[in-house]
Amino acid sequence: MITLQHLLTLSGILFALSVAGIFLNRKNVILLLMCIELMLLAVNFNFVAFSRYLNDLDGQVFVFFVLTVAAAESAIGLAILVVLFRERRSINVEDLNTMKG
Amino acid sequence: MFVEVLFYAFSAVLLLAALGVIVSRNPVHSALSLVLCFFQSAAIWLLIEAEFLAIVLVLVYVGAVMVLFLFVVMMLDINVEELRRGFTRFAWLGWITAFVVIAQIVGVVWFKGLGVDATKGMAPLPADYSNTKALGAVLYTEYVYVFELAAVLLLVAIVASIALTMRKRPGLKVQDISAQVAVRRQDRVRLVKMESVKADAPASEAPKDAAPVAGAGEGSKP
Repeated sequence: MITLQHLLTLSGILFALSVAGIFLNRKNVILLLMCIELMLLAVNFNFVAFSRYLNDLDGQVFVFFVLTVAAAESAIGLAILVVLFRERRSINVEDLNTMKG
Repeated sequence: MFVEVLFYAFSAVLLLAALGVIVSRNPVHSALSLVLCFFQSAAIWLLIEAEFLAIVLVLVYVGAVMVLFLFVVMMLDINVEELRRGFTRFAWLGWITAFVVIAQIVGVVWFKGLGVDATKGMAPLPADYSNTKALGAVLYTEYVYVFELAAVLLLVAIVASIALTMRKRPGLKVQDISAQVAVRRQDRVRLVKMESVKADAPASEAPKDAAPVAGAGEGSKP
């Protein structure tokens, strides 16, 4: 039987892996976006697990909205990435120093 | 028992694919690993009877978002070696952070307790229960305004991404449809008054050095 513990542990490991991925691929914007998708997937896992555990559909509705926002986010993020590549011929995060940040 | 075996198998593949996403050398391989991640997650969601979201995950994520990712990765000419330089510089920090996060979550979930009995399984749903129908019933009544808001958000995303990536190229020849439709007859056609000419005018205009050829041509005409 799949218990809440199993699902929460799985999503925790998934989240930790995506955090490690952000540390590892800190130069590559496209991989950063992929790691963010992976993080949102881990969060969605928690929502679905608790929704099923508590027999409350609101959690699944929330996952639906998270998926919507994540799709919009990745579309705009990739559009910004394409414009960035057109301007700089590179997607290295370290080249994004116009704002002196 | 069978469900557990499936769960462990899907979880193992999911975590391996997630590892592949973060350590892969080629961004295309990362994107394909992420596709595998989404498929495995959808399978696990099916196992815990969240069917609608599992299908949506495959359709929307694998079908749209990851295709977009792959498209962008393949369209851009990325210098992977440059981006991989210094890959291991903060790797230890990443792995330590990951280890701490896992340790904390495992500690809370397995040893500390959540205030709920987390060792209990999910209550099985009745056989005639439709997850899609139940979600729809909630989504279109209680959450209808949020649903509309999500639709507007997607519209904004469409407009924003098109506006960001559209560019005007110099020297591009385009049609101006409204100007074409609005044109009038007198803008294009000019009637010229001319004197009428005689019918045998072409014969007299024939060049003199080509006279025999022109004569032969005239003779063959009826």
